[in-house]
Amino acid sequence: MSNEYIPFLSQIKEVQKHTEIEYSFRMSYVGDVQPGQFFEVSIPKFGEAPISVSGIGEGDVELTIRKVGKVTNEIFENRVGQSLFMRGPYGNGFSLDLYRGKELIIVAGGTGVSPVKGVIDYFGEHREEVKSLSVIAGFKSPGDILFKDSIKRWEKQMNLTVTVDHADDPGWKTGLVTAYIPEIPIENLKDAAAIVVGPPVMMKFSVAELLKRGIKEEQIWISQERKMCCGLGKCGHCKMDDTYICLDGPVFNYTKGKKLFD
Amino acid sequence: MGTLLQRETADALLERLLETYRVYAPKVFPMEGCFSDTDSIRYGEIQGWDEIVWDKKSDYSFKEVLLPISQTILYFTEDEMKVPKEEEKGNLILVRSCDLHSVRRLDEIYLKNGAEDYYYKRKRENTRFILMGCPESFDSCICVSMGTNKSTDYDAYLKMDKQGVYLECQDEELGKILKAFQGKETELPVEYVTKNPVQTEIPEDLPEGIQNHAMWKEYAGRCIGCGRCNFVCPTCTCFTMQDIFYKDNDRAGERRRVWASCQVDGYTDIAGNISFRQDQGQRMRFKVLHKVYDYKKRFGYHMCVGCGRCEDVCPEYISYLACLQKLGRAAKEGQDNE
Repeated sequence: MSNEYIPFLSQIKEVQKHTEIEYSFRMSYVGDVQPGQFFEVSIPKFGEAPISVSGIGEGDVELTIRKVGKVTNEIFENRVGQSLFMRGPYGNGFSLDLYRGKELIIVAGGTGVSPVKGVIDYFGEHREEVKSLSVIAGFKSPGDILFKDSIKRWEKQMNLTVTVDHADDPGWKTGLVTAYIPEIPIENLKDAAAIVVGPPVMMKFSVAELLKRGIKEEQIWISQERKMCCGLGKCGHCKMDDTYICLDGPVFNYTKGKKLFD
Repeated sequence: MGTLLQRETADALLERLLETYRVYAPKVFPMEGCFSDTDSIRYGEIQGWDEIVWDKKSDYSFKEVLLPISQTILYFTEDEMKVPKEEEKGNLILVRSCDLHSVRRLDEIYLKNGAEDYYYKRKRENTRFILMGCPESFDSCICVSMGTNKSTDYDAYLKMDKQGVYLECQDEELGKILKAFQGKETELPVEYVTKNPVQTEIPEDLPEGIQNHAMWKEYAGRCIGCGRCNFVCPTCTCFTMQDIFYKDNDRAGERRRVWASCQVDGYTDIAGNISFRQDQGQRMRFKVLHKVYDYKKRFGYHMCVGCGRCEDVCPEYISYLACLQKLGRAAKEGQDNE
């Protein structure tokens, strides 16, 4: 009888600092994994925290962690050369096949960039697999911007808009992500596919803007962030209506996602 | 066909059962009730047949035998992790029909919804259920409406009075044990309730947007979010993972899962100070719809088994039965509007 609750040890290979409270950890991992899936990361005696996969490499996964609680504070104390415990991956994640050959639009806000970053990375490297690639990433302020190194690369690979809510420096694009959705070039509406990830309010208004552009509900995918405590469909914290986000999600086509209520 | 045992023989049988099993039944915990000078009736291990409480409903269900309130998942010592051993003795639990039906709900979540749960499974495989008949309904029971008043998949059926103990075994292992004791072969029908004081119709279809219906607002001001309704419910299964270290040696500790309540603050909190259902009325709606609506949408049958314990325990006298009736009216309104 297998025991899903026993974590495995994973080496921290590299730590990348984005902001004072947000770091990416490159963790050793060999096995199947999709962007948008998550791991339960833990430090014995401190606890577990669900963390989305923000990147996939050869023999490793990247986890972007925000220092907000007991477990994540402790994780920040462990650095390169040390290790963490993990179990997973859990959830469905993004299926890249759905977006191949499409005019792909990705709208992400704040830490919401993390679960979709693997998709951006992949199609940035394999531009020929999508007709076009437009990404809008929004952050609170220039100091809150994540994945600055990746952004530099993305600028060359795709139609990228990085916007911040407020900035003292006039060099930044400002305003909410929704303000830039009308500017996205779409050649043929029927080839469009959109992914929206971020805080609940941001997702609601971004989807509304995309629908205004004529994109259909079935062409939009969202990722729902909820409290994932066990990751195994048991603990109940992530349930919305009849759906366990940890099992059936977190990624949903909007036709299903819009019906879910907390 | 069952066996009617003289009381002395029955006592010997229990002694024999206690060699193999821990026997759990509703029993009286004197002066441990919620209010002063009241008893608590809940599950505990019994050593004698007379400890079993027949004339009252147990305030809490049997679920804590299968799902302890706080259960150690892993022990940590420096770099090592250890899974706690399971007790060698099996469990024999005396339950009424509603509670026996709730076992199917627990199995659904812990064995079928996603991966099998290691800790639940190993205990469950070692557990047998003895059905206690219900000659009549208690006040807040709605087992007839929920279709849980009758049970056929018990491991054994027990009926007793001062003179004797009647036992009918369907489980092979229990049957073998019973065979060694001399009694009178006889057939007694399983006692079950055919009518509850309150009849409740569970609406089959709920109108879209029921989660925003005005009926839930009432509970926002009344419910104090104590979570007792969840803890007495035989079908509530939520837990939270929790790590601790020992005060006298912080190099060692454990990972546990502890019961959680969807009515209590913190249940949905995620990073970034985001939480869902901050309003107590919405939490009540979440719970009630889970019991009689969305669980069925997912698994094909209602979660609620109609034991009425949530109705009995609420310190604010919030009536679950009244809530179901309101839900029924809301469903009718919905149909009329269509």
